[in-house]
Amino acid sequence: MNVIEVQDLVVRYGAAVALDGISLTVAAAELVALIGPNGAGKSTLVNTLGGIIKPAGGRVAVQGRLAIAPEGRQVFADLSVEDNLRLGAWRIRQRDPGHVYDVLPDLRPIRHRRAGLLSGGQQQMVAVGRALMARPDVLVVDELSLGLAPLVVTDLVAHLRRLHAEWGLAVLLIEQNARLALSLCTRAYVLEAGRIVLTGPAQELARSPQIARAYLGASI
Amino acid sequence: MKDVPQYLVTGLGIGCAYALLASGLVVIHRVTRVVNFAQGGFAVVAAMLASTLLAAGLPHGAAELSAVAVASATGLLVGLAAIGKPGTSPRSALVVTLGVGIFGYAVEVLIWGDQPRSFPGLPGAVDIFGAPVQAHYLLIIGVTLPVFVALGLFFSRTYLGKGLSACASNPYAARIVGINVIRMGLVSFALGGALGGLAGVLVTPVQQVTFDSDVTLIVNGFAAAVLGGLTRPGLALAGGLLLGVAQTMVAGYGDAAYQTEIALVLMLAVMIWRAARTPAVEEAVL
Repeated sequence: MNVIEVQDLVVRYGAAVALDGISLTVAAAELVALIGPNGAGKSTLVNTLGGIIKPAGGRVAVQGRLAIAPEGRQVFADLSVEDNLRLGAWRIRQRDPGHVYDVLPDLRPIRHRRAGLLSGGQQQMVAVGRALMARPDVLVVDELSLGLAPLVVTDLVAHLRRLHAEWGLAVLLIEQNARLALSLCTRAYVLEAGRIVLTGPAQELARSPQIARAYLGASI
Repeated sequence: MKDVPQYLVTGLGIGCAYALLASGLVVIHRVTRVVNFAQGGFAVVAAMLASTLLAAGLPHGAAELSAVAVASATGLLVGLAAIGKPGTSPRSALVVTLGVGIFGYAVEVLIWGDQPRSFPGLPGAVDIFGAPVQAHYLLIIGVTLPVFVALGLFFSRTYLGKGLSACASNPYAARIVGINVIRMGLVSFALGGALGGLAGVLVTPVQQVTFDSDVTLIVNGFAAAVLGGLTRPGLALAGGLLLGVAQTMVAGYGDAAYQTEIALVLMLAVMIWRAARTPAVEEAVL
């Protein structure tokens, strides 16, 4: 079963075409990466999946619940960590964050602090935790690593692995850091200028000379 | 100095009305980031309507509550005009509220004429430290304080209150988690309308209201609200009370003609002071 099924999706901003007929699937409990440079349309896809942008054509189908950890973390800066988490459960009735503290234990000791005053890594954890509060079947993480120290990223990736293993959570990881995305995920898509230019098992893509030249060499 | 207690209670009473109006501004701004220039109009609509309903024989309480309910509905309509269309920026919405406020004058004059209106409030006087004070001032204070406590609890303790705050804190993230930001904005406009209406029905027995009274009310209400950065109801209350007392003291010992100027000078001073220190605060948050 596919939790995300995107078919021939077209999104336009006025006359500009942001997504030009892309197709993509994420199966239940699958780890999928979407890599691509700045301006390729990655965040447009996220916002379309989140229902914030209406597609001009094609089809977007989501089975079950989808939650997003958006680019730039986007925490509620004036609210406490716990309030941030609880608001993640806006659409569902269970608002107790206990299960999120169990998988992201670093959040528990800082739960009364204002989210805006946390470090980037902590805010990223809040953003992931807030998404998990919706008890999603699939988690979309937009730019997990952007602006974070390598050690912090390693820690976050370990958490994502654990969530996948323990909850059977499907993850669509949207990344500029191709090396990171390909090492975590089993399958990947490459998005360039609004089109999927390459797709396949992550290990194969990691070995492809095209990817190596365009992404892996430049990513670190 | 024997007048001091009297001026103090009078000033606190008037200050409470300013604070209520300010709290309406704060609630709307807190959720939508829109400064609602039609806020004074909610008070005028409620005051005029209450005077009509009382003249028609409706008992006290029922008349005032109905007027507040209509002010709340008016708030909802203003909200629909200002933020109802998806993608309206807070600045465009501000201009819409200004336009709606001026349009409101025409409607008010059409319905109620251009003469000042008033109606009797709580009758009698209370002796405070040997000075007689109109009992109605105590009623204003007695209604306002619990309203502020309830407002504070609503925003700090309830899930809906936090959802409302989230809309202003980060509208994009609010949409990501599934909050309908426009609907929440409309809730805040309805709440702001009710608070403005409450200010209107409470202040009318001690201050006549005309169709353009909203200017005085909004200047004072805004002055009180900026003290709390337009986001903190508690500070808006402090600002309103300070303003009310300062004005009554000036009117009592000096010249009543300078009342509004005091509000303007205070507001200007606070805004200049805040403008100088706000960037530092924002940096700390980022």
